[in-house]
Amino acid sequence: MPQDPGPVRVDDKIRCDACPVMCFIRPGASGACDRYANRDGELIRVDPHVVLQHAVAGGGTVVPFNASAMDWDGNIVGEPQAFVTAIGAGTTYPDYKPAPFIVSSEIDGLDMVTVVTEGIFSYCGVKVKIDTDRHVGPERSLVRVKGEPVGHVSTGEYGSQMLSLGGVHHLTGGSKKEGRATCDAMMELCNGGAVELTVDDGVTLIVQAGRPPVVNGVPEERMRVGCGSATIGMFAKQWEGKVDEVVVVDDHITGVLSEHQAGKLLGIPETGIKIVGRRSTPGRYFQVAEPGTGWGGTNIQDPLAIIGAFDPKTARPGLSMLFTSTTGEHHAYYVLDEALRPVEQELPADLRYSVELIRENCEPALATVLFMGGAGGSLRSGVTENPVRLTRSVKDSLTVVTCGGAPVYVWPGGGITFMVDVSRVPQGAFGYVPTPALVAPIEFTLRLSDYAALGGHMDQVRPLSEFRNAGDHRRQVPQMSDNPWPLAHDAARRLHA
Amino acid sequence: MRVPPQIRILPDGRRLHMQHGPIDLVVEATGDPATRLAAYDAAGRRFATVLDELCGELSLLRSPLRPDGARPEGRVARCMAEAVAPFAAETFITPMAAVAGSVAEEVLAAMLAAAPLARAYVNNGGDIALHLAPGAEFRIGLIDRPDRPGLFGTTTIRAGDTVRGIATSGWRGRSFSLGIADAVTILADSAAAADAAASIVANAVDLPSHRAISRAPARTVQADSDLGDRLVTRDVGPLATPEIDLALARGVAAAHDLARRGLIVGAALNLQGRTRVAGTEAGLLSACGPNNPKGPTILGFVPHLPKVASGSDRESRRAAFVEHPLGAFR
Repeated sequence: MPQDPGPVRVDDKIRCDACPVMCFIRPGASGACDRYANRDGELIRVDPHVVLQHAVAGGGTVVPFNASAMDWDGNIVGEPQAFVTAIGAGTTYPDYKPAPFIVSSEIDGLDMVTVVTEGIFSYCGVKVKIDTDRHVGPERSLVRVKGEPVGHVSTGEYGSQMLSLGGVHHLTGGSKKEGRATCDAMMELCNGGAVELTVDDGVTLIVQAGRPPVVNGVPEERMRVGCGSATIGMFAKQWEGKVDEVVVVDDHITGVLSEHQAGKLLGIPETGIKIVGRRSTPGRYFQVAEPGTGWGGTNIQDPLAIIGAFDPKTARPGLSMLFTSTTGEHHAYYVLDEALRPVEQELPADLRYSVELIRENCEPALATVLFMGGAGGSLRSGVTENPVRLTRSVKDSLTVVTCGGAPVYVWPGGGITFMVDVSRVPQGAFGYVPTPALVAPIEFTLRLSDYAALGGHMDQVRPLSEFRNAGDHRRQVPQMSDNPWPLAHDAARRLHA
Repeated sequence: MRVPPQIRILPDGRRLHMQHGPIDLVVEATGDPATRLAAYDAAGRRFATVLDELCGELSLLRSPLRPDGARPEGRVARCMAEAVAPFAAETFITPMAAVAGSVAEEVLAAMLAAAPLARAYVNNGGDIALHLAPGAEFRIGLIDRPDRPGLFGTTTIRAGDTVRGIATSGWRGRSFSLGIADAVTILADSAAAADAAASIVANAVDLPSHRAISRAPARTVQADSDLGDRLVTRDVGPLATPEIDLALARGVAAAHDLARRGLIVGAALNLQGRTRVAGTEAGLLSACGPNNPKGPTILGFVPHLPKVASGSDRESRRAAFVEHPLGAFR
């Protein structure tokens, strides 16, 4: 590789050569583009570099641009580089033999090797995040597939419910039937399939990675915009002067505009409303109802069920009131009659706008699936003769771990326990063995010299060119557009969160 | 390590994103797929050389143009010079004040020459060139601050209106400002005209020598800024309401003057949560949110402030493009 002379320096300024503007950049400042900066005399890139060359198409999210007819210098997509994934590579379990492929390639002038193997994961599980405020079942309730326990309800998180499926106890700690059901369900989910799950004392769910979850037969559309109190805070200004009172019904915190800090700031007068439930701070109420699949994740179907009689000292006939859920999915409008009883009326147009604005601000509800597996065991010896050095090299960010080319999160602490978003892994990547255990691709990429240092199987290293041909049962797939390129020079630091 | 122009379709499959050096364009054309592709193809071809053309006469473009001096030659550069010409006699201004709008206009023109489009826009970091075929309209939303996604105004621009350009300027934006406005959004007949006028009006929103305002010579922040040693606004502390209104009134007076001279159609000025509108068609900007039955299709002009990872206290300033719905910042 020719030596790059690097950018020109004048006094303490750097002349950036990334584009024809050629900015002089002072220390601590950035250029006109805000992409390159002078940090202590070094020209650095300050936003994540989008590695377009590798992103041809993926997951249907990027439309390939017709580059062939173009004659401009700027390339949309360069000559694609190849990265050999472990999908279909096979394995040598228990891995006392070298991994099936140890591939060497050159990147940025450095010799890199990628050790490619399919791991058999007896220790693995699936974490599912279900974007819904509906109550799916009590924490710790068993989650079943066709009657067999495959996991349990874990925690409630922001706008979502977590399930923990699989793990060694369900895979091999229970009956044979339980292990098979667990293995099948995990493989189906990891390969992007839909699985029906039932929760003890809870709901029936249909879960598929990247698709809206289906709760008791009803597809979930949107995540809530925030809790009831946050919704009041976000939209108080929109309601000011258009309605006297707003109640945002939410299983967690129900918000009341006239009592809420946001309403106070706007000078919204008291309305004499009485909310049932436990008051937290002004205008914020816990437990206005039981959890359920009605308004705002509660069990209520009629919002008037959460209010008592209006205080006649403050309330007046004609007072108007908007009830909405935190997704805007449920809403109703009332006006007090002469006896201070709420009478439902049609929602005025300007209030409909505010309810629609809430809906617009709610993100699409999805089920998302993370595969979690531990490569702490013998798999490492397929990579090196001294397994713990591989672990250390991963922790030191010298070795990049990928799963079918997808970035992974490597859990701190012992072993190489990683999590990967299955929707970023090429289709059909997961398999199983009758143990039962899941088979998942795993690749380790590191410098050839580092590989030698940690006791790698140097005699097994093969050049990348041997893998270039699409023939001999080798499938070439484009790298997914959102995945970083595993061979990028600082990939270890960028790929591992 | 020269980085060539980068061109791609955004993950939504509809919009084209083109970036080269400091230029970031988001483009959308409405039409059948073949027409749209033809338009995007033309946009890409035109975009590929724009920055190089500008850099070829950069030092000229970074100086005030004198009536008897050299004129720029490139198409985009000439457009820039024309856009700032009306202000040259009364204030310091260089063609760079209209660079974003002029680039947007040029790329839009290239698309229209290649394909018949019902509707199209080229958004250059908040400076937007619009195309509207008869009967078409754009619904535009205005946001004052990205950290508080609340509309301060929406407007519908119809084919019958003369507005074909929108631009926003302010000290929180990517370019330097001599004034203190958080955002001044201008509607004008062209993107280049709007771009130049936005700088003028944003500069006018000011409280000279107010203690809460910190300023620094432009050159100490960006070594080759066209503003040289002029003081640019670096931070604005909390101001009292009468002070805000006074500063805004100065901006409104400037905007009225530009409108009277036919240089702009409307302006919306924002400072610390207070908004004023001005201009011959100010009504275009005052039709605020809730009365519109549907949400706006473009919410633009958001200065967003990611921290530079360089350890400096300088915040990276990049106008962001926001599209319906409110949350989808990019």
